Amino acid sequence: MPDQTPFLHISKITKKFGSVFACDSVTLQLQQGEILALLGENGAGKTTLMNILFGHYVADSGSISIGGKELTPGSPRRALKVGLGMVHQHFSLADNMSVLDNITLGTESMFGLWRKSGEARQKINKLINTYELDVDPRSIVKNLSVGQRQRVEILKALYRDSRILILDEPTAVLTPQEAEHLFATLRLLVDKGLAIIFITHKLREVMAVSDRCLVLRHGKVSYESRTRDTDVDTLAREMVGGEVPVVEQLPTSPGKKVLSLEGVGVKNSDGYSLLHDVSLELRGGEIIGIAGVSGNGQSHLADLISGLLSADKGSFELLGEAVVSPTPMGMLKRGVGRIPEDRTGTGLVGDMNVQENLILENYWTKKVSHFGLLKADFMRKNAKDIMEQYDVRCGGEDLPVRLMSGGNMQKLILGRVLSEEPSVIMANQPTWGLDVGAAAFVHSRLIRASRDGVGIIIISEDLDELFKVADVIQVMYKGTLSPPVRPADTDAREMGLAMSGHLEVFASTVAEAHHEA
Amino acid sequence: MDILHMFLEVGFWMAVVRMATPLLFGTLGELICERAGVLNLGVEGIMAAGCMAGWTWVYMGGDLWGGVLFAAAVGGGIGLVHAIFTVHLGLSQHVTGLGITMLATALSSFVFRMVLPDVTTPPKIIPFAPLDIPILGDIPLLGPVLFNQSPLTLLAIFMVFFIGWFLKYTPAGLALCMTGENPMAVESQGLSVFAIRTCAVVAGSALMAIGGAFLTLSAFDAFYIGMVNGRGWICIALVVFSSWKPSKALVGVVLFAVFDALQMRVQQDISMVVPYQFYLMMPYVLSIAALILMSRRSAYPKALLVPFRKGER
Repeated sequence: MPDQTPFLHISKITKKFGSVFACDSVTLQLQQGEILALLGENGAGKTTLMNILFGHYVADSGSISIGGKELTPGSPRRALKVGLGMVHQHFSLADNMSVLDNITLGTESMFGLWRKSGEARQKINKLINTYELDVDPRSIVKNLSVGQRQRVEILKALYRDSRILILDEPTAVLTPQEAEHLFATLRLLVDKGLAIIFITHKLREVMAVSDRCLVLRHGKVSYESRTRDTDVDTLAREMVGGEVPVVEQLPTSPGKKVLSLEGVGVKNSDGYSLLHDVSLELRGGEIIGIAGVSGNGQSHLADLISGLLSADKGSFELLGEAVVSPTPMGMLKRGVGRIPEDRTGTGLVGDMNVQENLILENYWTKKVSHFGLLKADFMRKNAKDIMEQYDVRCGGEDLPVRLMSGGNMQKLILGRVLSEEPSVIMANQPTWGLDVGAAAFVHSRLIRASRDGVGIIIISEDLDELFKVADVIQVMYKGTLSPPVRPADTDAREMGLAMSGHLEVFASTVAEAHHEA
Repeated sequence: MDILHMFLEVGFWMAVVRMATPLLFGTLGELICERAGVLNLGVEGIMAAGCMAGWTWVYMGGDLWGGVLFAAAVGGGIGLVHAIFTVHLGLSQHVTGLGITMLATALSSFVFRMVLPDVTTPPKIIPFAPLDIPILGDIPLLGPVLFNQSPLTLLAIFMVFFIGWFLKYTPAGLALCMTGENPMAVESQGLSVFAIRTCAVVAGSALMAIGGAFLTLSAFDAFYIGMVNGRGWICIALVVFSSWKPSKALVGVVLFAVFDALQMRVQQDISMVVPYQFYLMMPYVLSIAALILMSRRSAYPKALLVPFRKGER
């Protein structure tokens, strides 16, 4: 039973970066035996708050107490000592070392002459059994699946007898089944008296696992409620700060084939197989969603279609012509638009301004340059047009793009791609890290483009996104694609099975569904 | 041909072990730095500084072990400079290391000239005498080769096992290796990446300097400018050869020393038709060949060369 004095008490924490309030007088209480869901869009202040809690940042004002005692600000060591444990979204594990090494690091005196590995293994095994965290302490981290790595992170915290566990977007990298398993573990943990803060933006998970939820918006607590007294719509409204934009669904009528892969295999320079036996058929007016846990070859597929990799097996056709030794520019010229995964790395050049970034993919065309000289008038007008059409809000077309928000950057890329009227668009994680408004904008523009006859491939790790926008979904696992399936013919459970390697679950529903359309 | 005969000779193997000693110190020192994620290209210069510091101490009237300690302190000090630049300021490890080598090499010669402005032949000191261990020294072949040596040689061999144990079985060793693999993991467990890397670079550099001191206090009895003669660079290659493991470092060092000793014997043989420079080249060619074969498979520390900055992911 949770007692009534809060175990963790964050009181009026305020932190400013420059003139922006990252956290504005945030107050948060957490009881033992309770799961609190912390919700908010990107930039709402969740991460900053947790970094303050862990002593990575020092707050401008406010205080934190744990178990009635004030926590010294600015010391990760103290935070660990009083029982705070954090599972980061990006794991901090050493890949070449064993699970045991990763867990016991820093828990013994640095002047010890011999590590107490035997005792450590016993304690870890006990934790594994108590909390059903199935993982072998002797295995090397690089051989573990993503789900297992997360368990190692949780074990790291439990091994230090953490009493408060904070999980930052823990399900982003998991299949639905693995997420279920995680939730079960969390319930076990709170039953034993731990307190858990669960950071997420997926509302279904909040309802499934939390006791209480708290919404942050622009650095302020905008809403707080018991989970059973609220619902998904309220939470969504509170997160966005208004009505949630609805993505309009338009009827689809796929036209002729624009891109096809048949039995395609790709190897890297070491002869290691990146993709094998990938088959896909994309028609104009259709959106194919590629699902899968990250790192299963999705980025190689995107590279293949963008002309960065070439197939060494199977056939690759674009608009009815075979693609032989492709180049990135060649693919652009043949009508493939690209929305890359890494906006700032491969999508845009941060130090160049909006005008320059917008002509990166067509600077050689007559409308942009003449005898090798860029047309300044065109560039300025082009930038103004795209910024207006795609609702890019920033300080003007002379602004270096690195100063823009992620949403505005993505809108620029979207504008650059769509204004060239491609016949195929290869979008890799097009809404990753965007707030709900920007994501809805990207979705609706992509859907509209597809209904105008463009064939679109969207790679995403977010199943909800694919169910929302894709006409057909294929699952990628270890470099292979499953047969296509329509979202209406499947569910999250089946998708989860496929994402963990059971691609055959779609073998029966297969292509007849796809082709009758 | 009497090469076979040579391999059975005690004198040959004694020479091998003698030649291996400075390389062993240098390689182990570099290995410690790199396991913590810091490449130390200053090794050539730090060894030169060790040569000079050790010799000067003894020449000024200090005793031999005092010279070794002084050399280690000087090496550690130079290591600290390297650590401040590469770890705390996060500057390029390549550029800093090369700078350290140039600075330390030149400074050693400079100080030597300051101490002895007017001398043309370098003055001699009385170096370490070979040990005379009763029972162990009487074992045939192995006795004289391993035990009838300078005490620094035994120290070097001991260090192989000590460092192997340290990295594998102590909490501090685990923290050091982890820092070279993923500094973020270390930071999130409440340890200081800066402190660990600084300690590793200082300790590693001290070892390198002892390797240098061996040259003036044991192998020879005087200081010559340029006497390190590329040994430091070889140590860097040997660390790659060793796949960052002390035991394999020992194998690599001995292998290199065998080639080197062979080369010296063969070039003395006047009946040889091949010019002696060919043999001079052999150890380097063979070590390059071995490197190519070995390093394809080696698992280098993942965070080697990556500066760590607090609060960044």
